[in-house]
Amino acid sequence: MRTSSTSSRLLAATALVAALGLTLSACGGGDDDNGSSGSKGKSSSGGTLTYWASNQGTSLDNDKQVLTPELAKFTQQTGIKVKLEVIPWSDLLNRILAAATSGQGPDVLNIGNTWSASLQATGALLPFDDATFAKIGGKDKFAPASIAAAGAAGKDPAAVPLYSMAYGLYYNKKMFADAGIANPPKTWDELVADGKKLTTGGHYGLAVEGGNGSENIHHAFVLAKQRGSDWFDASGKATFDTPNNVAAVKQYVDFIAKDKIAAKGNAEYAQNQTITDFATGKAAMMMWQSAATSIKSHGMNPDQYGVVPVPTQQAGATGDAGVTSMVAGINLAVFKNSKNIDGALKFVNFMTSDAEQKTLNSTYGSLPPVKAAQSDPAFQTPDLKTLASVLGSSAAPLPQVPNEAQFETLVGTAVKDLFADAAAGKDVTTDSVKAALSKAQQQMPAS
Amino acid sequence: MTATAPPRSAPEAGPSDGKSVGRGRLRPRVPDRLRRVGVPYLMLFPALILELLIHLVPMIVGIVISFKGLTQFFIRDWGSAPWTGLDNYRMAVKFNQPVGEALLHSFWVTVLFTLLSVGFSWLIGTAAAILMQDAFRGRAVLRAIFLVPYALPVYAAVITWAFMFQQDTGLVNHVLHDQLHVTSNKPFWLIGDNSFWALVIVSVWKSWPFAFLCLMAGLQNIPRELYEAAAMDGAGIWQQIRKITLPSLRPVNQVLVLVLFLWTFNDFNTPFVLFGNSAPHSADLISIHIYQSSFITWNFGSGSAMSVLLLLFLLVVTAFYLLFTRKRDVDA
Repeated sequence: MRTSSTSSRLLAATALVAALGLTLSACGGGDDDNGSSGSKGKSSSGGTLTYWASNQGTSLDNDKQVLTPELAKFTQQTGIKVKLEVIPWSDLLNRILAAATSGQGPDVLNIGNTWSASLQATGALLPFDDATFAKIGGKDKFAPASIAAAGAAGKDPAAVPLYSMAYGLYYNKKMFADAGIANPPKTWDELVADGKKLTTGGHYGLAVEGGNGSENIHHAFVLAKQRGSDWFDASGKATFDTPNNVAAVKQYVDFIAKDKIAAKGNAEYAQNQTITDFATGKAAMMMWQSAATSIKSHGMNPDQYGVVPVPTQQAGATGDAGVTSMVAGINLAVFKNSKNIDGALKFVNFMTSDAEQKTLNSTYGSLPPVKAAQSDPAFQTPDLKTLASVLGSSAAPLPQVPNEAQFETLVGTAVKDLFADAAAGKDVTTDSVKAALSKAQQQMPAS
Repeated sequence: MTATAPPRSAPEAGPSDGKSVGRGRLRPRVPDRLRRVGVPYLMLFPALILELLIHLVPMIVGIVISFKGLTQFFIRDWGSAPWTGLDNYRMAVKFNQPVGEALLHSFWVTVLFTLLSVGFSWLIGTAAAILMQDAFRGRAVLRAIFLVPYALPVYAAVITWAFMFQQDTGLVNHVLHDQLHVTSNKPFWLIGDNSFWALVIVSVWKSWPFAFLCLMAGLQNIPRELYEAAAMDGAGIWQQIRKITLPSLRPVNQVLVLVLFLWTFNDFNTPFVLFGNSAPHSADLISIHIYQSSFITWNFGSGSAMSVLLLLFLLVVTAFYLLFTRKRDVDA
């Protein structure tokens, strides 16, 4: 009896201690996270930054190979170490949201430039006011079009441009010559006419990435802009189903539905099969952004294709009617919760320096948004010169509104469903397009 | 259940308590009794804390969020998100408005999908288990092969299906159209109306091995003699299945069907890997729909409200199912 009561006391005590220990460790969990979560603890001593890079190369490993030597240069110059993590596009936005929610995140990160206004609204990113810009060499070192795609108009940008891209019309020179077409199309009517000539025997005039919502949005945006139409009014309210937007979406879907210059199978393309089709000669044209590296990886040489600006409704159009591309690109942002803002800004300054801009953009096949780097010979190839002039003179930023992410999802999906209808042989009419866009608009949150 | 335990055990502990007090005179009486009663609870305490931390707290947070207008403007500081009362719920159940209409559509798609998937999985699983019951050459190999879909990582398996279902280059169309000439032109499987059937096929392929595994285990418990006796009485194979196998498997089936139902109804991986983050209209399962409402459109309050509604629905269905099946057991 005595032993049993001792042992039960022992047990009770052990249990109590265990329970207390558990509670303590549960409480301690939070402190622990705050104290040691990578960058934060260490970076306050100026030692380490955490950098989330987006996937710009052919693979995550490729990105690591490209960036690691550059980051080593930064460490050499400043003594600050950089912990690199390359995050695939499918995860990036969710990771950023989680970081914004918890306050635990990287110090510096890449964002898709179309997310700028949405992420700006979360308040998680450090605004670049004049004083902040001064630390990284001033606002004027960047091309204005790229800065315009870094946050809502009238607010301090939430990020700075890092890599810039623009859409161009890529065409297969040999297929054009074989079909007896002397010059690439300048208007949509010409594009459709050429497309019909090129669509024979399993080959198609055009390839489109119909199953990819973001691609759909980018083209619908340009086609609407050429009609002088926007997707949001001045107060930020959605205006998806205006007649001009309906016409824009219908024109895009009609490449499969009515004109039949793109293969029906394009409706489910979402893994860049468009580039494969173009590089393998299955399609004679595509509208894509900075595709040189990808085309080459599929075995097509730069002299086999040409790049011209995307067509307009009338030849030689200017202003909104002459817009041929969105301002595409990647921005670099600083996480506001970073304990080492100064170090983070030094890193931003480094990444947007002339030398790094030349190295990184020429490796990734993109264009430098930093003006001084643009004149480098690496960016004087015919295709990059075309894209640079598009970016400089006929590109417009996607709507920089907080609900941009919702716009991409809802309208992108609506267009994808319309493509599916077209592929299944169902009629795509002005009414059916309007119905789809109205539905998307009604699902937008009021803001 | 636990609340009623202490009063009952306290009087029982009384007499033995007195004895021990008699031996250890100086020990105070009350702590001793308290200790005897309290020790089991103390032992349960760590588990209770973990249960609270891991299960209940996130659930309660989710329910709280459903009453808030938690959008991207507030995710940095949840507390500052405005209380919206029942607005999120109202928006979700207004079935004549676009949001409610889409949710209802998604709900019916999910119900139909679940019925078909669970039904076929169970049917194939049962048939296979019964066929595999008698020993024959190669039975072990077949059993192992049947379990492969269950053992494969979901992502790897479903991505393979996604490739097979591609319209232009996929294996499915190659067989149906190019080899067998069943269809006049290549159908689309991953977009449009067929995507529902693609989803059902992958889901059945993925879940029937689990039914097979459970039922195979259940079959081991049925005594051979029952079949022998039935055979002596002249019962054919169908009668044996109907009169012996299925009734004996009822307890297994009761759990199996419930588990399959819950898994299938909540399945996220299959549609997400097949279709990406925006599923085609005809295959817009509720889990993907809620994911879109919260993560893609950044409206976590509305997504949480839909999740709570889904939870309530599943609770009600489960309760009715258990009541109904238990009542049948009692009746029988």
